[in-house]
Amino acid sequence: MKKATPAYEFSKGIWKENPILVQLLGMCPTLAVTSTVINGVAMALATSFVLIMSSLIISSLRKIIPSSVRIASFIVVIATFVTLVDSFLKAYFYDISKALGPFIPLIIVNCLILGRQEAFASKNTVKMSILDAFGMGVGFSLSLLVLSTVREILGFGTWFGIQVMPDLFNPWMVMIMAPGAFLTLGIMIGAYGIFKGKKSKGV
Amino acid sequence: MELILLFISFVIVNNFVLSQFLGICPFLGVSQRIDAAFSMGLAVTFVMSITAAVSWAVNNLILKKFGLEILEYVVFILVIASLVQLVEMFVKKVSPPLYRALGIYLPLITTNCAILGLALLISLKEYNFLQGLVIGIGGGVGFTLALVLIAGIREELEAADIPEPMKGAGITLIVSGIMALSFSGFAGLIK
Repeated sequence: MKKATPAYEFSKGIWKENPILVQLLGMCPTLAVTSTVINGVAMALATSFVLIMSSLIISSLRKIIPSSVRIASFIVVIATFVTLVDSFLKAYFYDISKALGPFIPLIIVNCLILGRQEAFASKNTVKMSILDAFGMGVGFSLSLLVLSTVREILGFGTWFGIQVMPDLFNPWMVMIMAPGAFLTLGIMIGAYGIFKGKKSKGV
Repeated sequence: MELILLFISFVIVNNFVLSQFLGICPFLGVSQRIDAAFSMGLAVTFVMSITAAVSWAVNNLILKKFGLEILEYVVFILVIASLVQLVEMFVKKVSPPLYRALGIYLPLITTNCAILGLALLISLKEYNFLQGLVIGIGGGVGFTLALVLIAGIREELEAADIPEPMKGAGITLIVSGIMALSFSGFAGLIK
């Protein structure tokens, strides 16, 4: 275990403790909204925003919140920010809000956010908690980006709505439906395991 | 008849886990053993049916009446959290063996997104009270079904020869993908 330097708290979320590939947190939105890159990125940004803001509030209130009602308090803080994000998306990005549907309010029960509050923000200083939230947010976003890239290219033949595959390519319908999401993520986790296995043997 | 169709649709066709991606965390987390999976499924079904009724009532009788829809999310999650707490106290008092069997899974139900998803779905699609209740029970039964099926497969997988990096989550996700693929064969059974 390395010493907890600010740089470490930030970078651990990106690779070593990646929320999706290692901790398997926040799987529901990960699988549900990644059929296109735009939706995936929107979800990643919304989740990261809620994560960072909640970490900020909760780490600054950590000495005031009694531990017996902490989970309920965390959830209320998170739900407040999610309501904010939801209203914002409805007002300015109606199409995205429509496409993500119930998965915006479901950010409230994203175990990644609640997990970070419980495991980190409620025990650490404001600065460390924000760095941790940023790192986790980046790790979450990167995983979503990769997953949605694979699914959109194979499922629609496009990336960010731009045609990238030749016209002859026949889109794999299965990739944009539920099974494709499960399969792609399963293979991603396997690939992560291969990389990680090689690295630890090398050292 | 319409209610029976709705029930079947939420158990098989629109299965919360395999086609709507709700409740994936417990689906991956609590599916090593069949008996634990079954207990979890029962607890979730129970909380889901009550949540469906209570959240419908709160939404239609309180929030809509006073024009407070913006508070929907905060209120729903509080309703669920307090319901889970109530159920926990109730089960502890009435049936200690069941309480011990469910153990840690009870409080975890709060963050099961299938339950909040259900409350939001009922509010979004404006189902009536009876329909909401049927969806709650159907969703719970569907969740139990998926959980028990995957737990059964995972028990067998213990003995299988799987490449090292795929062990655990990787292979479980791939198996779930194949299961979702077979469940998508039910699509079109009910419109």
